[in-house]
Amino acid sequence: MFPPIPNPTLPPPEPKFGEKDIMRRSASNVTPPAERLTEVAKLIDVTKCIGCKACQAACLEWNNLTEEVGFNHGVYENPMDLTPDTFTLMRFTEWVNPETENLEWLIRKDGCMHCEDPGCLKACPSPGAIVQYSNGIVDFQHENCIGCGYCIKGCPFDIPRISKVDHTAYKCTLCSDRVAVGQGPACQKACPTQAIVFGTKDEMKDWADFRIKDLKSRGFENAGLYDPQGVGGTHVMYVLHHADKPSIYAGLPDNPRISPIVETWKGVTKYLGLAVMGFAAAAGALHYFVAGPNKVTEEDEENAEKLTEGKAPPPPADPTQSQGHAP
Amino acid sequence: MTLHDPVAGVAPADVETGDAVHPGPPVTVDRYTLGARINHWITAISLVLLALSGLALFTPSLFFLTGLFGGGQMTRILHPWIGVVLFCSFAILFVRFFKANLPAREDVTWVAHSADLLAGREEKMPEVGKYNAGQKGVFWAMSALILILIASGIVMWDQYFFDLTTIEQKRIAILVHSITAVVIICVWIVHVYAAIWVKGTIGAMTRGRVTGGWAWRHHRKWLRELVRRPGAPAE
Repeated sequence: MFPPIPNPTLPPPEPKFGEKDIMRRSASNVTPPAERLTEVAKLIDVTKCIGCKACQAACLEWNNLTEEVGFNHGVYENPMDLTPDTFTLMRFTEWVNPETENLEWLIRKDGCMHCEDPGCLKACPSPGAIVQYSNGIVDFQHENCIGCGYCIKGCPFDIPRISKVDHTAYKCTLCSDRVAVGQGPACQKACPTQAIVFGTKDEMKDWADFRIKDLKSRGFENAGLYDPQGVGGTHVMYVLHHADKPSIYAGLPDNPRISPIVETWKGVTKYLGLAVMGFAAAAGALHYFVAGPNKVTEEDEENAEKLTEGKAPPPPADPTQSQGHAP
Repeated sequence: MTLHDPVAGVAPADVETGDAVHPGPPVTVDRYTLGARINHWITAISLVLLALSGLALFTPSLFFLTGLFGGGQMTRILHPWIGVVLFCSFAILFVRFFKANLPAREDVTWVAHSADLLAGREEKMPEVGKYNAGQKGVFWAMSALILILIASGIVMWDQYFFDLTTIEQKRIAILVHSITAVVIICVWIVHVYAAIWVKGTIGAMTRGRVTGGWAWRHHRKWLRELVRRPGAPAE
């Protein structure tokens, strides 16, 4: 079991990770740190979730966010979607299991998955607006964010949201500020059923195995871990009772990966585009040096004068043009 | 005067408002009105600013260009608005210029002989009207590409139009926008290079005039049309 991590009894320790542990930085080349920190992960056991939204409230509280007072749409989701202020959201699905005809109430805590291969970071044009620490946390650095929304297009999970207030992108930080001082994320700490647990990625996988065995023994044959390899694995993982069809959990992607369109845009288009533009400019310069400028001659001016004076008829047109020239 | 001119009294399609020949020596030819020139330069400045701000967001190695616009946030804010300016300005330019850019019979020959032009054998080229096939190509390419850019640009303009499209549509739009931008920059390079290479051209867009020799050499059919026009000098 993973008891809630107690508050530290001592003054806040030095952050355990920071600038020196940045593994990837948007729109920049960084030398990854020689030694990688132990990878961390948050495991969300959907089968243990009771939908109390304590995690959602804890997230608002820790991150000092205030969600707008909304409307009751007659469903449990509140708000209806992730927002710049709602980094995590309980999504509720009523699903009829075709095998058992049972109504199953699937509750998934949605939020950033902290991909090992982060699409947001790869799409970001602004140096340092998105960083990935070597422990796996993907974090937005708001002072560098330009609010272009490219991260939204890069993300396979539809997570980032642009604030209408400061025009920068927001999402779950995996409580990087808490993790840096040895604490678990706020949501994990608030979870009353310990459906959310936090630790090293290996520990979390072991714990998930234990849970999956338990679920299988209870008849959930397809219980499994959601740690999608299409994005290199994630640092937020789910235990699902129906891991064979993640999409029943409010549209959790079955095989998430960075969209090939985004890969094309950020890959071949960028390099080929720059090459083509450079080639066009170079071809122009080369032509100028080889062929020389196209200058108007004295003869041209004289011919123009003759033509305007209506005197001597201008020289006959070149024979090659007769084929296409209008009479 | 109508003896040798089957279209006397009716301006040929490629003669634009304000086009006129002044006998010399030296002969000068009015090519662009003040309105057309202002219209052109608003479009040109917008296009250059769009290319600089767009390239800044296109590749990290050019992100420093955002400095010209007051930082990343300002670049993100300004780029689409400059795009709106360009679109409106070009729309007016299109109405001004499209008639003279309609295809003509000699365009085919011109394209077939374009290698001669590049090799400096302009005497082998057919006589062309106000615009040659290359200039027409630039005109129609710009028209089409600007339409694609404004359409895909609106899909990407999240600040005002985020809710109108899906994320998948935005991804397609952003790819189309970047490829189209690369193409239009190449067309722009061709356009600017032609103006630099063909001496005497830039004056057409600054003072509005070219020399008679320039018109004779590069747009002889147009010059003949101007000379033949009723009320034209020496007619």
